[in-house]
Amino acid sequence: MKILLTNCSILHPEQKLNEKNKDIFIEDGIIRQIGNLTSGTSADRIIDLKGNYVVPGFFDMHVHLREPGREDEETVTSGCNSAAFGGFTGVACMPNTEPAIDSAEVVKFIKAKAANHLVDVFPIAAATLGRKGEVLSPIAELWEAGVVGFSDDGTAIKTSSILKRALEYSQMYDLPIIEHCEDESLSGGAMNESINSTLLGLAPIPSIAEDLIVMRDIILAEYTKSKIHIAHISTKKAVKLVREAKAKGIHVTAEVTPHHFTLTDDLLKTYDTNCKMSPPLRTQADIDEIILGLRDGTIDCIACDHAPHSLEEKEAEFEYAPNGIVGLETSVGLSLSELLHKKILSLEQLLEKLSINPRKILNLSIPQFKEGEIANFTMLDIDEVWTVDISKFKSKSKNSPFDKRLLTGKAIGIVNNKKLLFGGEFIDL
Amino acid sequence: MSLSSRHLLGLQGVPKEDIQLILDTASTFREILERPIKRVPTLQGKTIVNLFYENSTRTRISFELAEKRLSADSVNFSVGQSSVSKGETLKDTIKNIEAMKVDIVVVRHSAAGVPNFLSRICSSNIINAGDGIHEHPTQALLDMYSIREKFGKLAGLKVCIVGDVAHSRVALSNIFGLKTIGAQVSVCSPSTMIPKFIEELGVNVIQNIDEAIQENDVLNVLRIQLERKAREYFPSIREYANYFGITQERLDKNGKDILILHPGPINRGVELSSEVADGLNQIILQQVTNGVAVRMAVLYLLGTLN
Repeated sequence: MKILLTNCSILHPEQKLNEKNKDIFIEDGIIRQIGNLTSGTSADRIIDLKGNYVVPGFFDMHVHLREPGREDEETVTSGCNSAAFGGFTGVACMPNTEPAIDSAEVVKFIKAKAANHLVDVFPIAAATLGRKGEVLSPIAELWEAGVVGFSDDGTAIKTSSILKRALEYSQMYDLPIIEHCEDESLSGGAMNESINSTLLGLAPIPSIAEDLIVMRDIILAEYTKSKIHIAHISTKKAVKLVREAKAKGIHVTAEVTPHHFTLTDDLLKTYDTNCKMSPPLRTQADIDEIILGLRDGTIDCIACDHAPHSLEEKEAEFEYAPNGIVGLETSVGLSLSELLHKKILSLEQLLEKLSINPRKILNLSIPQFKEGEIANFTMLDIDEVWTVDISKFKSKSKNSPFDKRLLTGKAIGIVNNKKLLFGGEFIDL
Repeated sequence: MSLSSRHLLGLQGVPKEDIQLILDTASTFREILERPIKRVPTLQGKTIVNLFYENSTRTRISFELAEKRLSADSVNFSVGQSSVSKGETLKDTIKNIEAMKVDIVVVRHSAAGVPNFLSRICSSNIINAGDGIHEHPTQALLDMYSIREKFGKLAGLKVCIVGDVAHSRVALSNIFGLKTIGAQVSVCSPSTMIPKFIEELGVNVIQNIDEAIQENDVLNVLRIQLERKAREYFPSIREYANYFGITQERLDKNGKDILILHPGPINRGVELSSEVADGLNQIILQQVTNGVAVRMAVLYLLGTLN
């Protein structure tokens, strides 16, 4: 099938592309021509993008697809649909499934489930068997099966000794260890420690629970000369630690979720379990430092920690409710609203955080706007004002604190794997 | 006069006028408790459920007596464990109870925020009888009533809350209520049991029990909850008793007439020596009597709102 996208604003910071009024001609999912192609192409379908942006496909390196194990909350397919409608052409999925992604079989199972989807799925494997923090996972076998990193996400790798070995071993395959930084002996509470935790009578998780593990991990990354990636950074001190480590040349990278740069723990005053996450929502001082970190490059990318949960589990006593929120369908809108339109990041910087850097961290190739390349891009209307409506989520779960929130900017379509999503429908190319 | 809210979820944000109304109404009911027939027909025809997810003897009996003395129909629903381990969700449990047409739900739960959650999904009036380490508003109200009974006022008094403030719903409700009414509030405890940001509530932190005795008119001594995690926050019971326990010797040494409250049950020889627990400074049993009157007042004011 031949598709002609007309009137595109092509933006790609890696390729140093910033061109208005271009047309892109795609045949069978491959970019055939870029230029001013007003005539002479025999397209089956022409889509006028009316000056909207076409950018390298977005990638979220931290999602929970729940399959295998909790298919009632999300499946690989529903999670991919959620990603696609959110504007992402690729995701990396976390290993805290049942069973955990700690064998080549589970990797193959997930890849098979995702095989025919527009969205690329790259599994991240457990660093230790069953994420128990005791025995290393078969790292070489998992690398061969195609995983892009290792993590015991949900918890930090339990001991310094096993983390040291995981770093040393994964280095042979140049894959990062992705850490959920939380000192278990200090966590176990239900929300950030602040005056609000006192007012609400909820057991507190102090910010130092995160800081201490970030510090441990940086020291180990320096010692082993291996790559560590800090997942969902949330505290002021952790951002500062990463900044200092980067300045010393230590191989550390970091991601932040949209909720951690948007919301504070003030929101918990109604005990809304949709505001319960791990790490917990912090304070404005933390957000301020995160903003600085996004600006100066301390924080490399935005990842939403997509964590679908069933209604019955979330509709419970606050301390018994599970952590996390559905994120894929609000991530781009929140990033554009909170970072671009508030002039914190330029659109080019935002593309680094949403598309280029996450792929670099995971050693994945970056989509290019070149003739002969696979078409893998996201179309953006940065000015569209829209209201989040959880009932329209493609995710099987609806747990989001952003319902009814007004956002500016959204992805209006994506192309990848010989498929196009535009106007709410998937089209085979 | 009527209350500004249809629930009593806690004392945070409750206006001074509401607190005064409850305390004044309680005085009327306190008088009824001295009559030979301690019963009035004010809540006749109202149905009240005491939904207790956590073990409780005195609070439940106190509410139950208050309900009976107001001629309400009351039912006890003691779960004794969380809805999670029981299998039925809290929402289903409360919906089932509401389907039986109740007017007021008195709830105690080990999880903070449960009364708040119920108030969002129920049409009944909700009274918090203690939620986790959050609030226990009727306990604070009866403490305030008892102090007021002794001093004839609350505003301007210096009250110190002694004990495991970080894990006490009684402490937080007392802080909110007493501050609203104009008392000066301080806390005294080993620093591991003081919430990190407590001073933001306008509360002074005292680390020496003798100083707490010298500087205050009232000590509200909390129970050290040996059955909870509190045990991990200080080296030993003996050390706690030696450095923070109130003994007659300590009271005499500081040579001061001070009023001592305790929400019960007492750990004798830990937070209070037996001598003090039975001594002249304490009003522990008056608190229990006043508790019934205060709960009658709350039930009456909420039950007759509509």
